[in-house]
Amino acid sequence: MTSAPLKGAGLVEAGPLADGTGTAAQTVRPSRPRRRGRSAPYWFLVPTLTLFAAFTVVPIGYAIWLSLHRVQVKGIGLGKGARQQVWNGLGNYTDVLKDSEFGHSVLRAFGYGLIVIPTMLGLALLFALMLDTPRARSAPFARLAIFLPYAVPGIIAALMWGFLYLPDVSPFYYLLDKLGLPQPDLFDGGNLYLSFANIAVWGGTGFNMIVIYTALRAIPPDIYEAARIDGASDLKIALRIKVPIVLPSLVLTFFFSVIATLQVFTEPMALKPLTNGLPSSWSPLMAIYDKAFLQSDIYGASATAVVLALATFVLSFTLLRISDRYTREDRA
Amino acid sequence: MTPLTLTAGPKGGRRTAWVPTLVLLLGALYCLIPIAWVVVAATKDRSELFSTFTFAPGSGFFRNLSDLTAYRDGIFWRWMANSAFYAGLGALLSAAVSAAGGYALGRFAFRGREAVFKMILAGVLVPSIVLAVPQYLLLSKLGMADSYLAMLLPSILSPYGVYLVRIYAAASVPAELMEAARMDGASEWRIFSRIAVPMMMPGLITVFLFQFVGIWNNFLLPYVMLADDEKFPITLGLYTLLAQGASQPALYTLVITGCLLAVLPLIGLFLVIQRFWSLDLLSGSVKA
Repeated sequence: MTSAPLKGAGLVEAGPLADGTGTAAQTVRPSRPRRRGRSAPYWFLVPTLTLFAAFTVVPIGYAIWLSLHRVQVKGIGLGKGARQQVWNGLGNYTDVLKDSEFGHSVLRAFGYGLIVIPTMLGLALLFALMLDTPRARSAPFARLAIFLPYAVPGIIAALMWGFLYLPDVSPFYYLLDKLGLPQPDLFDGGNLYLSFANIAVWGGTGFNMIVIYTALRAIPPDIYEAARIDGASDLKIALRIKVPIVLPSLVLTFFFSVIATLQVFTEPMALKPLTNGLPSSWSPLMAIYDKAFLQSDIYGASATAVVLALATFVLSFTLLRISDRYTREDRA
Repeated sequence: MTPLTLTAGPKGGRRTAWVPTLVLLLGALYCLIPIAWVVVAATKDRSELFSTFTFAPGSGFFRNLSDLTAYRDGIFWRWMANSAFYAGLGALLSAAVSAAGGYALGRFAFRGREAVFKMILAGVLVPSIVLAVPQYLLLSKLGMADSYLAMLLPSILSPYGVYLVRIYAAASVPAELMEAARMDGASEWRIFSRIAVPMMMPGLITVFLFQFVGIWNNFLLPYVMLADDEKFPITLGLYTLLAQGASQPALYTLVITGCLLAVLPLIGLFLVIQRFWSLDLLSGSVKA
């Protein structure tokens, strides 16, 4: 599901909330409607809150309810009333913690994240700095080209790369063959992580680059002017001035990349038909889907989903706290 | 662009900076390769796909196109139409809902404003499958699973959209103007629809485009919600086609041609609206 809300892209969207809310709070000069119109904001919020209740609050509540229940089968489980939902306390949760399949899927997601996140953000920062370098040619073209993958649905990106990984079709294998080099199996073991990671890097770099580049452009040019008069080179200016200033955006893109990584779904799903023996619970989301619909255990699946949500929240707050500290030190 | 002022630094000159240029071109190449490949591969017929050099154009594009159109009575085009419907209507509704919600949060002081705002933003952090599975179970209780609505309704609320409009409304709709309109006896609805919405339009267009791309690209939600392939969006449709291709490689050329056709509208949209696409907004740096 790295595709829609998760593509790193989808999530980075909310990235600036730390800065943004601050800006908003400053600029909001609430008008004071007298008597008439006092209820207006509530009316305007009705659609938002209705949808939020129906498609966020209620489903989460239902998932928690399910996670605390299980099905009890009477007799051979046939006939009316033979299957009943009964209270199961934390039983499903202890099962989740013992479930090595889910544990492995989380470990795989972390391994995948260790490859994707540094590569993607490193490239995004590099390209953003290069775009911001005076006298770089073809910057507008490159900016568009690098951002273009954002418009490609994650699943289609994964399908395209999947074909490019097939030895019979791929130009890379053709080159290796001509050069007489060994040809790795990109669908095998450890290479599989690289294959998935490459798709995510391809799809996510452009968006993160734009976020960082936007932060770079907000820096007043006089700062460089002064540094330049002091004899600083472009490289020095980039490392000593630009990188520290865009650190808060980097931290935020990192934050949303971590969350997206935990939810990796699209790439392994798309490449599954092309590979043999990719487990159907490769990533945490796949494990939950597998449990809910292939093993028809919606109770266990709900407990797993709640655990994943809690882990995401804990991770988010930890990261946000760290990013807060960074931002403050930066201002100090 | 701002760097213009920099070209006259002490080292001055108009020499091209070769390293940055080279790095950028390599990056562009990496990003364009798969797209270039799919364009070329879509021109190859079944035998050419596996036998000729990757970037050698084939001769089968029109046959692939007609094969794809003929496949199961043109279900491919049905998927494209479904995607356009889900993404178009969903994004439109999303922009409308975000406009009202963001305007309320950005332009009014009322009890619980911050709590509501934070609650909605926290929605971003909930993993999509945590929502999709219970949404599916609840909708199937209502007999609505596997329907157009099951795909459309959960796509409307966009926490990011509400967030963005809030900032945009606060920055672009002057309180004085609202106050003046109130003095003149305009209703709150009229102030919103006639004054605020036009002023927030660039922000609303951004919300619409983001949500359009988001829904068009969504795979997990339809994968969970839909079973009847007549209602599939293009992402899920091509995925099932590929899954079948694993046993019938003849379908591979159809998948590749389908990928090209599915990507073209978005890339086209992208190039056209580039100028409207408010990238500064995207990182929240609105300057009033």
